[in-house]
Amino acid sequence: MSAMQNTIRIDRQEIPFTPGQTIMDAALAAKVYIPHLCHYPGLPPSGNCRLCVVEIENRSVAACTTPAAADQTIRSNTPELNEARKALTQMLFVEGDHICPSCEKTGNCKLQAMAYYLGMLDDHFPQFYQRREIDASHPDILLDHRRCILCDLCVRASREVDGKNVFAIVGRGTKTHLIVNSPGGKLANSPIATTDLAATICPVGAILIKQQGYQVPIGQRIYDQHTIRETSLQEHIADCDKLKRKEHQDIER
Amino acid sequence: MTNSCQHNSFNLPQEHLLHRLHALQQEYLHISPQAMQQVAAEFNLPLSQVAGVVAFYSFFSAQPCGRFHILFSNCTSCGYLPDGQNLMQLLAQQLQVNPGKTRADGLISIGETSCIGLCDQGASLLVNGIPLTHLNPDKITQIAQQITANISTDKWPAEWFEIHDTIYRRNLLLTTQLAPGSALQQAITHGAAETLTTIQQSGLNGRGGAGFNTSKKWQLCREAPGDAHYVICNADEGEPGTFKDRVLLRHHAEALFEGMTICAFIIGANKGSIYLRGEYRYLLSHLQAVLTQRRKHGLLGRHILNHADFHFDIDIVVGAGAYICGEESALIESLEGKPGIPRIRPPFPVTHGYLGQPTVVNNVETLIAAAHIVAHGSSWFNSVGTQKSTGTKILSVSGDCLSPGIYEYPFGVRIQQILGDCGAQRVQAVQLGGPAGKLIGAPDFNHTISFEDISTGGSFLIFGHQRDLLTVHRNFAHFFAHESCGFCTPCRVGTQLLKSNLDKIAEGHGTTNDIETLKQLAFLIQHHSHCGLGHTAANHVLDGLQHFPQVFAAHLNQHFVAQFDLDQALESARQITRRDDATAHLD
Repeated sequence: MSAMQNTIRIDRQEIPFTPGQTIMDAALAAKVYIPHLCHYPGLPPSGNCRLCVVEIENRSVAACTTPAAADQTIRSNTPELNEARKALTQMLFVEGDHICPSCEKTGNCKLQAMAYYLGMLDDHFPQFYQRREIDASHPDILLDHRRCILCDLCVRASREVDGKNVFAIVGRGTKTHLIVNSPGGKLANSPIATTDLAATICPVGAILIKQQGYQVPIGQRIYDQHTIRETSLQEHIADCDKLKRKEHQDIER
Repeated sequence: MTNSCQHNSFNLPQEHLLHRLHALQQEYLHISPQAMQQVAAEFNLPLSQVAGVVAFYSFFSAQPCGRFHILFSNCTSCGYLPDGQNLMQLLAQQLQVNPGKTRADGLISIGETSCIGLCDQGASLLVNGIPLTHLNPDKITQIAQQITANISTDKWPAEWFEIHDTIYRRNLLLTTQLAPGSALQQAITHGAAETLTTIQQSGLNGRGGAGFNTSKKWQLCREAPGDAHYVICNADEGEPGTFKDRVLLRHHAEALFEGMTICAFIIGANKGSIYLRGEYRYLLSHLQAVLTQRRKHGLLGRHILNHADFHFDIDIVVGAGAYICGEESALIESLEGKPGIPRIRPPFPVTHGYLGQPTVVNNVETLIAAAHIVAHGSSWFNSVGTQKSTGTKILSVSGDCLSPGIYEYPFGVRIQQILGDCGAQRVQAVQLGGPAGKLIGAPDFNHTISFEDISTGGSFLIFGHQRDLLTVHRNFAHFFAHESCGFCTPCRVGTQLLKSNLDKIAEGHGTTNDIETLKQLAFLIQHHSHCGLGHTAANHVLDGLQHFPQVFAAHLNQHFVAQFDLDQALESARQITRRDDATAHLD
């Protein structure tokens, strides 16, 4: 197979790929942004948020789980797909309690940043107002289920990178929820630590490190300075240690 | 992924996780956190996996159920709302219990469950897992008396539990009983390759609804490299309105096992499983008896029909209440002792299925057809039906008609003919293939049942002129919201929104804008979901808006209505203060 054959076309742009890569892998490697929330390069993909839906012929697939194949013609950055992505973001907003002004994560939150990126101006759908609990049992880490978007990132990070298997997503339908894999189900009884990837990978304010609230002032936070498109093109698990060190430096400054 | 599966299977005790949990549920009426920890230790699984399984399947509960645990079907055909009556409410009132909550003395709990496949038996329920049919207000009163007197169900009148299978039309599959071993002997005599060719020439396509070519599936699996190959029979017939597999499992189990064994012979499998839906647990002893017979006759086990190298056996795994497990990759997850969340595809089960190995998953009817084809030849089969849809289709007919039951027709039969045969008059609409299928009105009754026209897994729901179709849509929307596995955003959130939107319209709070929202939601769910459940969950809404727009329009408000119902929001305050007088309401 010649090198020429290993390309896909996303919105008319030719992008090379190596066999085994997904559409998302190939796109990110070529610095082509496909919006995503539940995907983090370096972790196995899940495909649950569906923000990365792209169209191949008339079929809609998740870019993060679909293998790249030679001569695929993919539509991604189209008005229709961006409208769908915006509606999916709105769905995540109404399903949980995402009240940005009262959330410590504001400015660092990917859901919020995605809403800005997609031009979301309102919730559109009615709020679910689900009763969900807060687990404040751990001395250093807070788990607020009301903001969880069930993206599975902490589950994968804990299992694949931290080697601890602290989290799982269980239940069905609207009762789907995150649980802590410990007797009694409390975070305090789990082996999670603030240095774990699972403690910091949460894209929203569901898992927060305690004692750090508002140390970086609003206005100087990640998405106050960058769009989610810019940051998402830089991310990789391998860089997480670097990222963490930078966050600490920011806080110290 | 594959490695961890193999690791688990290596350590798996003989008993299946779902069966172990079922036994605990039966004995202690719930599965406590301590029990989950014990099972996790026994099975060498993370606690979260056991907790995940308990939380996923409807028939397991973390809270204690009553000693009499009653689940009413909420299907449009065998549900608890026949002819404007509410049988569930009636029983709940007589027993002084709130549906969804166990009575304080622990005697009784009442709830509802998705279709239990008794649509030809009138309103039906499951009491401690056993079906009770032909419900009416009188019988409800008698049931309440039995429960109040604490009489165990084995002493209840036996006729309450009778299920009468009525087959109104027989064709290829239902006319003859296959002599045990006859088709298998043919397969062994002619060899795997020639037998596969026979099935290919028959043109047999899967009977589950998707219609994938059966010989192609078997061929792909046969050619796929793996440590082992598996045959799985999908007997998780959960589509509301379908009950043909119930009848086939009761009367044609020999042919089914024969079909599975032939498939095993062709693809090189030593092990097969039947995934039986939890609602059909009462068929288990019959199926096991037939399996035992076949082992005795050398039709299962080692050296089948004295063949030197052909060893194959079948086990039965019983599900625990999850429609999604009818999706083949979710079914495989469930077989592996996990929540039934559909896998990312590709890879497909034919190459990476059960335990990551090449696997054929086929419908009950498909496997029975395959056995008959091998016994009688491909032309016996493909001389019936149409060119693209060979053979026959077994339909489960129910709803507003005189003769609900089983009908086997050659493919290509017109819907009008079926309606005539089952005595349906003044028909408003037919839902073909269940809530996930297609809703059609009278102008489309000249269409045919076939893969090239309207395809169906077998559910044929008839709605007469007196039915309020919006109630039907609400029923379907509630069904999907309940059965969505919760994995992906559009299906998990979208089916809830679809449900609340239809409720809003039905309650008279809808406006024209809500129709637009319905369309938007339906499009999102249909196009962007992870699996077939989501892809089909909004079909009925789109069909309804197209063919029966007046059903929705009739309920719309001409003026602006707030999404937020202020009076309803005061309900929790009223409950806390135990007030329900006029001044506790806004209007």
